[in-house]
Amino acid sequence: MSITVYVPFDAGALSLGAEAVAGAIGSEAKRRGADVRIVRNGSRGLYWLEPLVEVETPTGRHAYGPVRPADVPALFEADFLHAGKHALALGATEDIAYLKSQQRLTFARSGIVDPRSLDDYRAHNGYRGLEAALRMSGTEIIQTVTAAGLRGRGGAAFPAGIKWQTCLDASADRKYIVCNADEGDSGTYADRMLMEGDPFVLIEGMTIAGVAVGATYGYIYLRIEYPHAQRALEAAIAVAETAGYLGSDVCGSGKAFRLEVRMAAGSYICGEETSLLESLEGKRGQVRFKPPLPAIKGLFGKPTVINNVVTLATVPIILDKGAAFYRDYGMGKSRGTLPIQLAGNLKRPGLVERAFGLTLRELIEDYGGGTASGRPVRAVQVGGPLGTYIPVSQLDTPIDYEAFIAIGGMLGHGGIVVFDDSVDMVAQARYAMEFCAIESCGKCTPCRIGSVRGTEVIDRMVAGDAAERERNEVLLRDLCQTMLGGSLCALGGMAPFPVLSALDHFHEDFSGAVEKAAT
Amino acid sequence: MKRAANTASLPDIPDAVRAVVLQVTARLKDLPGALLPVLHGVQQALGCVPEISVPLIARELNLSRADVHGVISFYHFFRSKAPGRRVIYVCRAESCQAMGAVTLEKHIRQRLGVGFHETTADGAYTLEPVYCLGLCACSPAIMVDDELKGRLTPERFDAWLAAEKT
Repeated sequence: MSITVYVPFDAGALSLGAEAVAGAIGSEAKRRGADVRIVRNGSRGLYWLEPLVEVETPTGRHAYGPVRPADVPALFEADFLHAGKHALALGATEDIAYLKSQQRLTFARSGIVDPRSLDDYRAHNGYRGLEAALRMSGTEIIQTVTAAGLRGRGGAAFPAGIKWQTCLDASADRKYIVCNADEGDSGTYADRMLMEGDPFVLIEGMTIAGVAVGATYGYIYLRIEYPHAQRALEAAIAVAETAGYLGSDVCGSGKAFRLEVRMAAGSYICGEETSLLESLEGKRGQVRFKPPLPAIKGLFGKPTVINNVVTLATVPIILDKGAAFYRDYGMGKSRGTLPIQLAGNLKRPGLVERAFGLTLRELIEDYGGGTASGRPVRAVQVGGPLGTYIPVSQLDTPIDYEAFIAIGGMLGHGGIVVFDDSVDMVAQARYAMEFCAIESCGKCTPCRIGSVRGTEVIDRMVAGDAAERERNEVLLRDLCQTMLGGSLCALGGMAPFPVLSALDHFHEDFSGAVEKAAT
Repeated sequence: MKRAANTASLPDIPDAVRAVVLQVTARLKDLPGALLPVLHGVQQALGCVPEISVPLIARELNLSRADVHGVISFYHFFRSKAPGRRVIYVCRAESCQAMGAVTLEKHIRQRLGVGFHETTADGAYTLEPVYCLGLCACSPAIMVDDELKGRLTPERFDAWLAAEKT
């Protein structure tokens, strides 16, 4: 009987040479006459161990990593096909502490199943959520999602059920489900991992949303920077169509739902929901005024539910296991789990799905293992390029939407980027303004012009003497207030967060102390 | 005498470009919100969306030239001029910055002798910035066409470049 070996096809693993590793295992097996079946799974999210090779044994899956192609002959020599001992051996995958302590609900299958296999998906509880949903009315489905306390995981944390209810209540000849897969925030990769590692769960979640609100067509608006996710999604959609999970009669329910992947074109602002809709309509991705809400007048003027990948992919397990199961995880008003993405300067960057309530310190120290450089942590940016820079003194903040608002930050999509003490916070503040200037859609003045002026003011602060610096700091803070209060959307409205937090918590960098110390 | 508005002002356009545009628009123009898929189709076939193709795209989709031009110029990904044989996208975002992307970026620019949005003199490489490849747990990262490279160092970049040339 053939032995199954898993080599991830995840973009992260590929970036570290997984393709060559899979090739080496294939040819070495052939050379030795070993009967090996290679499955290209998603990533488990243990990125410091990628490419992580797993072997299916009678006692479960055993992991080896990080594997380079040159290690492959030695792995065969050590009989890794029967979980043999080797320097790269990590033991039973499920027992790796980083994984074992997690609560993987949304990512229950990612890295485990073959993302191209519908049978594999079904064997791991796939499509049970849709089966349950098809026995319920739209209102009942939405009540379940609302009772589970699921909030939008894209960043705004708006209750998904309320959005869905608004769309259900709107009457129209056509409604849409739009998945926001324009994961542009630095430090975030959960959407990508999920789409590559378990694409059917997103398809199932969107189908449930369609059944709930009476929408018959869905779009996945996907970043052009994610070609691997595109291929995974398109392959999965084709399989789901053939099997009757998508089409004019979903699972014989008489309800229609079709799905299409649309590629974005490299504009960060198109992750903002109304820009995204403009872009899907074939226009410049300029932000729309709200109201009307997209749930009432969205894509092509029709009622539209627009949710992030993780939000939609969490719906199936809620429908399968019930609202209470999901709601019982978490703290305060943040219910369920959050797939947290550890990134930047960390020894063990990776995906950690846990119930809300864990602190930043636990994530960075216990999971992340401290900085990769070995230097002390100095700043942590949470929530992407518009997120606050958090100083070490605030690392005990729990992962909770409200707790982050209380410290003037936001949890966003759950990306955590760690910087060591070599970071220059003036450069980071300037970058935030520069990024906003590059990515501004140009519709509102505070964002379009404010961001350009912001970089100029920061440049003057750095170049000037103490008096000039003080004068420009007043100006910069004033400019930030204008952007915060006067911008049309979150880009201009939040770009001041990293700038102000750099000023507040890392003021010494602005006063030239760093340069003085260096000379 | 006035000419018919829609056809007369179409400038001369190389046959190859015309054929590609018509083939792409014939396939996609009935999609709702077809412009982005059409531009992707044209760019995939030609490497760019040449300025000369704009009037034809506009006519086929029943849009104004300004609409089409506005969309091409809005999105970073669409280009009007053909790139080098390979496009190198270097991530400039925060996670990569935290792992030395600024140094890597400087090195790559120096090594290739070009800045962002520029093409090397031999036409081999075009350098583009990108704001996140979703490889934040493998920083710093670049993408060459759609081939990904994580935890890249200046040395490994040089080794790759040398291997490319042989």
